[in-house]
Amino acid sequence: MELSNQSITALRKQLVSGDISSADIIDSLANAIETKDAKIGAYLSHDIDTAKQEAAAADLSLPLGGIPIAIKDNINVKGQPCSCASHFLDGSYTSPYDATVIGKLRAAGAILYGRTNMDEFAMGSTTENSALGNTVNPHDITRVPGGSSGGSAAAVASQSAIAALGSDTGGSIRQPASYCGVVGLKPSYGRVSRYGLVAFASSLDQIGPITQTVEDSALLLNAISGVDPADATSLTQTNVDFTDSLNEGVSGMKLGLPKEYFGDGIDPAVRSKVDDSIKKLEAAGAEIVEISLPHTEYAVAAYYIIAPAEASSNLSRFDGIRYGNRVEDPTEIIDLYRRSREQGFGPEVKRRIILGTYVLSSGYYDAYYNKAQKVRSLIKQDFANAYQKVDAILSPVTPNVAPKIGADKDNPLQQYLADIFTISANLAGICGISVPCGKITSDSGSELPVGLQILGPHMGEQAILKVAKSVESSN
Amino acid sequence: MSSEKTEQIDVRYVANLARIDISDDECAMFQKQLGSIIGYIDTLRDINLDTVDVENLDAIDETYLREDTCKHSLDQEDLLRNAPESAKGQIRVPKVVDA
Repeated sequence: MELSNQSITALRKQLVSGDISSADIIDSLANAIETKDAKIGAYLSHDIDTAKQEAAAADLSLPLGGIPIAIKDNINVKGQPCSCASHFLDGSYTSPYDATVIGKLRAAGAILYGRTNMDEFAMGSTTENSALGNTVNPHDITRVPGGSSGGSAAAVASQSAIAALGSDTGGSIRQPASYCGVVGLKPSYGRVSRYGLVAFASSLDQIGPITQTVEDSALLLNAISGVDPADATSLTQTNVDFTDSLNEGVSGMKLGLPKEYFGDGIDPAVRSKVDDSIKKLEAAGAEIVEISLPHTEYAVAAYYIIAPAEASSNLSRFDGIRYGNRVEDPTEIIDLYRRSREQGFGPEVKRRIILGTYVLSSGYYDAYYNKAQKVRSLIKQDFANAYQKVDAILSPVTPNVAPKIGADKDNPLQQYLADIFTISANLAGICGISVPCGKITSDSGSELPVGLQILGPHMGEQAILKVAKSVESSN
Repeated sequence: MSSEKTEQIDVRYVANLARIDISDDECAMFQKQLGSIIGYIDTLRDINLDTVDVENLDAIDETYLREDTCKHSLDQEDLLRNAPESAKGQIRVPKVVDA
C-alpha cells in the first residue's frame, strides 16, 4: 500500500480510524526509500528496524502518534549519528542527547528513523557542499535540490519522507523547498528552541518543518515550538494552534510587494509564476500594496559578514579534543587543532571560518562586524515599517529555478548573491514560508517547481500560514 | 551587485588565527575567492551609519536568567564515548604545559 505520498493529516485520520497501522506507514516508507533513494541520495542514514519497533508501540492518541519524521543531520537525536555532513564528525560522533525539538516530537508520538543530507555544517545553497554524499533534485536529477536542507526537501519531494525538519540561517529551508516543490517554513527567531541544533550562526538559525502540505507545516510547528529554558534566545509565547485559522482565507488581508524584490535579475518564467500566484490572491480578496524595503541592497553583504563571523566562533568547538575525528600523531596541541580542522572541514566551511575570523579580527571589527549589525537594525526597521501597512509580504523565493549540478562551483560569490530574497528574514528575525506556486518546463522537458515566499512579522506565523493555504488551494 | 573589486587579505595569517592548516593550493584559491567576496562586502563601508544605535538592535527583545540550581546534565559515559581518546573517566590530550 503506498502511504508515503500522503500527508500527515491524511495518515493520522486513517491511523485513528484503524484503517492503517503505523507499521504500514513504515513499510511503505521503507519501500519508497529502497526504490528511490539510490537515485536521489536524500538520506545519510536510516534505521527502519528501530522505526518498526517504535511503530508497534505507537500511541495513536498523540497528535503525531505513529508518524515518521526525517531529521536534517545537524539536529541531535540521542543514539543516532550526527555528522552535519562533515568528515569532522563522520563515523565518530553519536548524539548523547536529544535536541529539544526532538524531545517534543517524541512527546507528540513521532518516530525518528532517518537523517537527511545537507551542506556541510549548513553552509551552502545546493547540498553540493556535503562531504558525505550527493543529493539530486527529484524533479530533475541533473539539478540540485537546493540547500542547505536539500536532503530533507528532496526526501519529502520524492515522497521517501512524509515530512522532515530542516534548519534555516539564510534561506536553507525556504530555498530547497522552493526548488523541490514542497512547503518550507522558517519560524520567527525565538519561536523554536535551538538547543541541540549544531550552531552555525546563533543569531540567525532556526529549525523548521519541510512538508508536503501547508496543514502539515502547521501541525509540525505546533509540535516543535515553545520557550525552552535550555535556549535563552527562545521566547515565551502564547499557546496557539497553528492549524486553527488556516482556512480563513485572505479576504481583507493587505499583502505587500516590496519593489526591491521585483526588479531585474529574476528569471522571467519564475516571475510569471509568482505574478500569477499574486493575482490569484487578489482574486481571493486580498489587497495588494506596493511597499519598499529600502536597505535590501545591503542584506547579502551584511549577512556574509555576520553569519561567517558567528560561524567562526561556533565552529571553534570542533578542535578534535572532546569529539570528532582527531588527527593521528599530533606533535603538540596547536598542531592537533590545525590538522584536525584541516582534515575535517571542507572548502566552503574553511572559507567561511576564514572570512568570519577576518571580519572579527583586530582592526577590522568596527569596519565590518559592527557596521553589518547596524545595517541589520535598519533592515529590521524596514520590515517593522512595512508591517504597519501590510499583514504579510510576498516575493519570489529565488531569482531562478534549481540550477544544474556544478553551476557556480568555483564562484562562491555568485552563489551567495542568489540568497537575496531569503536572507533579510533571518537578519530581521521574522517568519517566512515557501509554498509551491507553479512549475516551469526546462529545455530538457523536466518540470521545475517555483515557490512563492510569504514573509510575516515576528511571531506572525498564523498570517503566513493562512496566505500559504490560500495559494495551495488555488494551485 | 557583482563586484570586480577585490581586497587582498593575508589568508595564511587569518587561517592561523582560526587554527586551520591550509595547503598552498587552498591558500591560492581562497586568496582569489575571498578577495572578491570581501570586495563585495566592502560596499557597506560607504554607508554612513553614525546615527544608528547598535544597543537596541537585537532580534531578541526578551532576556531572562534561570534559577541558579544544580541539576543533572549529561551522563559522563555517554560523553566519553565520543572522545577520540579517553582514560580513567577523562579525555586524553597531548601535553599542553611544559614541565
